Amino acid sequence: MNFLGMIGRVVLDFLAGAGRLGLFAFHALSHCLRPPYYFRHIASQAVNIGYYSLPVVGLTAVFTGAVLALQIYEGSSRFNAESAVAGIVVIGFVRELGPVLGGLMVAGRVSAAMAAEIGTMRVTEQIDALSTLSTDPFKFLIAPRLIAATLMMPCLVLIADIIGVSGSFVLSTNKLGFNPGSYLKTTFDYLEFDDVISGLVKAGVFGFFIALMGCYHGYNSKGGAQGVGVATTNAVVSASILILFSNYIVTELFFSQ
Amino acid sequence: MTGVAKISLKGVKKSFGKKVVLDGVDLEVQKGESVVVIGGSGSGKSVLIKCILGILKADEGSIAVDGQDMAALSRRQRQEVLSRFGMLFQGAALFDSLPVWENVTFGLLAQKRIRRRDARDKAMEVLQRVGLGSDVADLNPAELSGGMQKRVGLARAIAASPDIIFFDEPTTGLDPIMADVINHLIVERVKDLGATTITITHDMASVRKIADRVAMLYKGRLIWVGVKDKIDRSGNPYVDQFIHGRAEGPIRMEVLKA
Ligand SMILES: Nc1ncnc2c1ncn2[C@@H]1O[C@H](COP(=O)(O)OP(=O)(O)O)[C@@H](O)[C@H]1O
Ligand SMILES: [Mg+2]
Repeated sequence: MNFLGMIGRVVLDFLAGAGRLGLFAFHALSHCLRPPYYFRHIASQAVNIGYYSLPVVGLTAVFTGAVLALQIYEGSSRFNAESAVAGIVVIGFVRELGPVLGGLMVAGRVSAAMAAEIGTMRVTEQIDALSTLSTDPFKFLIAPRLIAATLMMPCLVLIADIIGVSGSFVLSTNKLGFNPGSYLKTTFDYLEFDDVISGLVKAGVFGFFIALMGCYHGYNSKGGAQGVGVATTNAVVSASILILFSNYIVTELFFSQ
Repeated sequence: MTGVAKISLKGVKKSFGKKVVLDGVDLEVQKGESVVVIGGSGSGKSVLIKCILGILKADEGSIAVDGQDMAALSRRQRQEVLSRFGMLFQGAALFDSLPVWENVTFGLLAQKRIRRRDARDKAMEVLQRVGLGSDVADLNPAELSGGMQKRVGLARAIAASPDIIFFDEPTTGLDPIMADVINHLIVERVKDLGATTITITHDMASVRKIADRVAMLYKGRLIWVGVKDKIDRSGNPYVDQFIHGRAEGPIRMEVLKA
C-alpha cells in the first residue's frame, strides 16, 4: 500500500514539475517572439556564451577529433577499411560528437553560470525589484539568454566541427601516414549537406535547453546561498540530460526514414 | 475623511502551502499619509507589501489603489499603476551587474522617461538628494557599505517621483546614527514628493520619526491600528510588549520551533 503510494507521489511530483517547466518554457518563448528586445543584453550574452566558450569547445573538439581518427583507424584496419577513416570521422563528428560534446561542455559552463546569476538575483530580491521598476524579468533576463544561446550554439558547433576535423586531419596525416590531399578529398566526398544541417539544428536545440535550464532553476531557486548551489547543480544535470534526450529525438526525426 | 483611500486592503489572505501568513488583513491608507507596519520577524510584513505590489498574488481579498481593484485591471493598466510605485527593498536589492547610476535611473529608463545620455546627470541629481556624492555614481553596488546601499536603494525608489512608496525595513542592520540619517531622508523626500507611504520596521525610533499611523501585524492580522501618539497608550498588551521589547508577555516567541 505504502509502496504504491510512494510510486504515485513520485509520478505526480514528476508530472507537476514537467507542467511547471512547460509553462515556464512557453512563457519564456512567447517573450522571445514578441518585441521589444533588449539588444544590448542579447549581444552581451552572445559574447559570453559564444566567444568565451571557444577555448573549452575548441580543446574538446581537437582532442576528440584526434582520438576519433585513432580509434576508427585501429578499428577499421581489422577489416582493411582504413580508407574510410576520413569519411567516418567527419560524419561522426559533424552529426554527433561536435554538437553533443560541445553542448555538454557549454552546459557545464553556461547553465551553471546562468542559474547562479539568476538564482542570486532571486534570493536577493533583485528579480522582485525589476518588476517594481516597470521591467518584465522574462523579457529582461530570460529572453536575451534564450535567444543568445539558441543562436550562438550552432556557430560554436560549426567552429568545433572545423577544429575537430582538423585535429583528425593532423593526426591522420602525421601519424597514420595518410596523404593530405586524398584525406581531404575523402572528407568532402563523404560529407553531405544534411549531416551538417542536422548537427547545427541539434546545436540550436541544445543551446535553447542549456539556457532554459539555467534560467528555470535560477528563477525558481529559493533559500540563500545553499538554494543557489542546488539550482546550479540541477541546471547542469538537467541540461545535460535534456541534451542527450533531445539528441536522440532530433536524430530520429532527421534520419529515421 | 472624504474621497477614496489611496490604498485599500480588504480581507487579504495569503498562505504558502499549509503555512498561513496573512489571515485577513484590512487596511486603508489615505493620500499623503505615512503608515508604519510593525511586527515580529517572519510575521508577514514583507509578504503584505509584496501582495500590494503584485509580486505575490493574494489568495483572497481585494487590494485597491485609488479605488481601482488591482485584480480587475488588465495587464497594461496594472503596469501603469505599478509604474507609480516606488519600493525600497529590505536588502536594497540593487542590481549588482549595473553601476550605481544605472541602478538609480533604471525605472526612468525602462519607462523611457529620460534618454540614456541624460541618465547619468539625472542619477547624480537624485543621489545628491539622498546625500551621496557623484563619486559613487560609477561604483558597483558591491563596493558600497550597507548604509550607502540603502541610500542608493532609496534614490532608486524615489527617482521616478512615485506617488506611493514602500519602505521595507529601511534602517535594519544600520548603526543608530546612519539609521537616523535614513529616517530623516525618508521623511524629507516623502514630504517633497507628497507621496503616500507604507513603511515596515521593527525599529521604534523609525516609527516615532516616520509614522502618521501605526499598524501592528500579528498572526496574520492587524491587531491594532492607531495614530502614532496613541501607541504608548494603546491599551493593547501585544503592542505594549512589542514597543518595549520585552520577552515576557502575550507574544510567545516560538523559540523551540525556530
Ligand atoms: N516566497 C515564499 N515562499 C514560501 N514562504 C514564504 C515566502 N515568502 C515569505 N514566506 C514565509 O512567510 C513568512 C513571513 O515572511 P516575511 O513577510 O518575509 O516576514 P517579515 O515580517 O519578517 O518581513 C515567513 O515565515 C516566510 O517563511
Ligand atoms: Mg521582511
